[in-house]
Amino acid sequence: MSLIELKNVGRVYHMGGETLHALRDINLGIEQNEYVAFIGASGSGKSTLMNILGCLDSPSSGEYWLDGSRVSGMSGKELARVRNREIGFIFQSFNLLPRVSALKNVMQPLIYAKVGLRERTRRAQAMLEQVGLGERMHHQPNELSGGQRQRVAIARALVTQPSILLADEPTGNLDSKTSLDIMTLFKRLHEEGQTIIMVTHETDIAAYCERQIQLHDGHVATDSREAPA
Amino acid sequence: MIFLILESFRSALHSIRANALRSFLTSLGIIIGVASIITVVSLVQGLQASIDQQFESLGSNSLIIQPDFNQQEYEGRDVYLSEDDLLAIRKRVVGLDSVTPQVFLSAAQGLTYRGNRSSVDVRGVEPDLFVLDDTFADRGRELIAADLIGRSRVMVIGDKVRRDLKLPNDPVGEFVQFGLDWFKIVGLLEIKGNFLGQDLDNVAYIPFTTANSITPTHANPFMIFLAKADPDELDWVRQQIRQVLRKEHKIQPGKPDDFKIESSEQIQQSIAQVTGIITVVFGGIVGISLLVGGIGIMNIMLVSVTERTREIGICKALGATRADIMLQFLIEAVVLCLLGGLIGLAAGFGLGKVIANMIPNFTPAVVPLWAVFLALGFSTGVGVLFGLLPAAKAARLDPIESLRYE
Ligand SMILES: Nc1ncnc2c1ncn2[C@@H]1O[C@H](COP(=O)(O)OP(=O)(O)OP(=O)(O)O)[C@@H](O)[C@H]1O
Ligand SMILES: [Mg+2]
Repeated sequence: MSLIELKNVGRVYHMGGETLHALRDINLGIEQNEYVAFIGASGSGKSTLMNILGCLDSPSSGEYWLDGSRVSGMSGKELARVRNREIGFIFQSFNLLPRVSALKNVMQPLIYAKVGLRERTRRAQAMLEQVGLGERMHHQPNELSGGQRQRVAIARALVTQPSILLADEPTGNLDSKTSLDIMTLFKRLHEEGQTIIMVTHETDIAAYCERQIQLHDGHVATDSREAPA
Repeated sequence: MIFLILESFRSALHSIRANALRSFLTSLGIIIGVASIITVVSLVQGLQASIDQQFESLGSNSLIIQPDFNQQEYEGRDVYLSEDDLLAIRKRVVGLDSVTPQVFLSAAQGLTYRGNRSSVDVRGVEPDLFVLDDTFADRGRELIAADLIGRSRVMVIGDKVRRDLKLPNDPVGEFVQFGLDWFKIVGLLEIKGNFLGQDLDNVAYIPFTTANSITPTHANPFMIFLAKADPDELDWVRQQIRQVLRKEHKIQPGKPDDFKIESSEQIQQSIAQVTGIITVVFGGIVGISLLVGGIGIMNIMLVSVTERTREIGICKALGATRADIMLQFLIEAVVLCLLGGLIGLAAGFGLGKVIANMIPNFTPAVVPLWAVFLALGFSTGVGVLFGLLPAAKAARLDPIESLRYE
C-alpha cells in the first residue's frame, strides 16, 4: 500500500441551499519519498485537497488512508496526533505564532509531542541551523523577512520528523529569488528522503517536482511524471 | 499531565508578560478584592490581638458576678446583688482568693467641681480592686483599708474625669461634690486609654463602705462582684457561688438563676465571636467582589480567545489536542487570578499596616496564614470557574476555520 491513498474522496460545501463540489471522486496514491506538485486554476480545489491530506479537514465522502491507517473516522485526539507526528504543514502566509521568537515557534510542535525543554531546544536549534537561520533564532516573526519567515515555518514543519511535508503555495508570498532558495532547500530535503507534496500555480516552481497532478474543477485532470528539471 | 500543566504555565506566563498592562487591568478586580480581604482581616485580627492582650492583664482566673436583667422583676421583686450576698460568699465559698464588690452610684447633678460637671458613675469599691484591675495611682494614692474602715469621704479618679471637671493637673487635695456629699481627691490613676470603645479613664472610685453610707437603705444600686480563684478550681468555685446565691435569693429548685457568673475567658470568647462574625460578613462582601472580578476576567479571556483564534488554529495544525488548548487557557486564567491575588495580598498587607499605624493604641496588623491561603485559594477558584467558558470556547474551535480567521 502507498504512503497516501485517497479512495473516491469528495468534499462538498453547503452554502445556503446550494451545494458546491470542491472535490469529487479523487483517487490517488502517493509513495514514500515522492515529490509531488498539485497545480491548477484558482478554485480548482488544491487547498481543499491539501487540508484533507493534512488532517485539518475531513472529506465528505470517500476514504483517506495514511501509512496504512484509515484517517477518515479517527477521533479528534488521534487526528491531533497524526497532525503532530506524521505531517508537517507549510502555509502560503507562513502562519507563525506572533510575539514569539523563531526558536519558540519551532519548539511549539515538540510541546505537543511531549518532548522535554532541553531536548526541545536542542532539536529546534539544530533544525533552524539546517534551514540557514542559526543566527536569527531569537528574532520574532515581525523582525524577519518573508523568506526567513518561511524558513522558520519549514523548520517548524520538519522538527517532528514527519513522514510527509505538505506545502500550500509555499512561495506564493515570496519574490522569485527567495522562491528559488526555498525550492533549493526542498530539493535537498527530497534528496535526503523527505516526501514532499506542494501546491503551486507557477509552472517553473512545479517544474522542480517529479510528479505534477493537475486539478480541474475538483477532478484530477492530468497526472504526469517527468524527470526533474 | 504534569508536563502539560508545566508547559501551559510557561506559555501562560509568557502571554501575560506580553500583554502586561492588559493583564494587570484584567486582574484588577481580583487585586482589589484580595487587597480588601487582607486589609479587613488584618485589622480585625489586630483588634482581636489587642483585646486578647487587655484580657491577659485581667487574668483567666477571675469571675464576674452580676444580676441577670433578663430575669428582671424576678418573682415580683427586683433583681440585684446585695452586701449580704457578698458576706455569704465570703463566709461559705471555699477556694476563693478574693472577692470584691463594685457598686455603681449616680446622682442627678453628677459629679461637680466649681460648676464643671462629669456624668461618670461613681463606684464604691474595696482596695483589692486596684490589684485585681492592675490600676495604680499616678499621683497621690489608691484607696486603702483605712478609708474603708473610716468610711472616708475620699475619691480616686481617672484622667478623663479630671479633664471633664477641669481639675488641676495634680488634683490631689481638691474637693468635688457628688450628690449632697463632698469628697476629697486622694489619687489620680495612670492613663489607660480606650478599650472596646470604652474610656478606661472615665472612672471615679470611693470606698465601698462610704458608698453604702450615702445611699438610702431601701435603694438597691447596681452592684457586681469580681472574684478571683486558682484557675484549676475556678469551676468548682463557680458552682459554690451559684449555690450560695441561689440560697440567698431563695430560688426554688428548677427555677432559673437571677444572676450571671461569667469568667473573663467567656467574655473574651464572646468578643472573639463578634470579631469572627465581622470577618465572615466582610469576607462575604469581598467574596462577591471577587466573583465580579472573575466575571471581568472571563470577559477579557473571551475577547482574547477571539483575538487569538488564528493562533489557536496554528497550534491545532501543529498537533495541539482540545485538552492542550483547554488547559492552556484555563491555566492562563488561573495564573492571571493568582498573580492578581499575590499583588492584592501585598497591597492589602501594606494597607492594613498603614491604617493600623493611623489608629493610636492599635497593635500592628496581624495577617494570619489561613487568610493568605484562603485569598489565594479563592482567586485560583475564581480563575478556574471563569476560565472554563473561554477555555472551552478555544478548545472547540475548528482548525481550518480558525486558520482562515482574519
Ligand atoms: N469554507 C468554504 N466554504 C465554501 N466554499 C469553499 C470553502 N473553501 C473553499 N471553498 C470553495 O471550494 C472551491 C475550491 O477552493 P480551494 O481553496 O480549494 O481552491 P484553490 O485551488 O486552493 O484556489 P487558489 O489557487 O485560489 O488558492 C472554491 O470554489 C471555493 O470557493
Ligand atoms: Mg489555495
